[in-house]
Amino acid sequence: MNFIHSEFVSRAFYIILLAAIMCLFRIIRGPSTADRVVAVHILGVMMVGICALLALSTGHSWYIDIGIAWGLQAFICILALSKNLEGKGIDD
Amino acid sequence: MINTLGLIFISIGLSFDIIGCLGLVRLPNVYNRLQAAFKCVTIGTSNILLGVLLMEGFNSIGMKILVCAAFLIFTAPVAAHALLRGAHRSGVKMCKESIVDQYENVPIT
Repeated sequence: MNFIHSEFVSRAFYIILLAAIMCLFRIIRGPSTADRVVAVHILGVMMVGICALLALSTGHSWYIDIGIAWGLQAFICILALSKNLEGKGIDD
Repeated sequence: MINTLGLIFISIGLSFDIIGCLGLVRLPNVYNRLQAAFKCVTIGTSNILLGVLLMEGFNSIGMKILVCAAFLIFTAPVAAHALLRGAHRSGVKMCKESIVDQYENVPIT
């Protein structure tokens, strides 16, 4: 990567962080619980993108491990929360 | 050349992300927000991962990114469907401009 490419990648974080601020707005001021759950999952998926950009700009491969774990945790979290919204327990 | 192609893919992914989150803020209803945000952000993050894969090549970062992108694409429809069903069963109303709700009379199993 030459200088232009590394500058582009370092500017790309600001755009994703702007989108994350929009998600935080919806988490704080969602009318119902389902809005907040949607916004939390969207924030988790965007954090996977931030982890990939961090791995690109630093060259460490363990950032992708953090991204995989974060995506898996967001998926399990949204399944459990949708069970809870539906009015059932976790185990039935 | 391959670095420029990767940067183009990362730019497409960033624009998809920002448009999806704009829909998450601006749309009137939980169902519209879920539809806009899930599709746009899943495709946007997959494009970012594809761009990073093109810029890195097939080393350890690239192989882990393939696993991560496959996981994201396969789990996003399941999560969206489960959450939509939970939101409808928990009694979230549609907005005033909605015309028909055909899922309303389906018996709960």
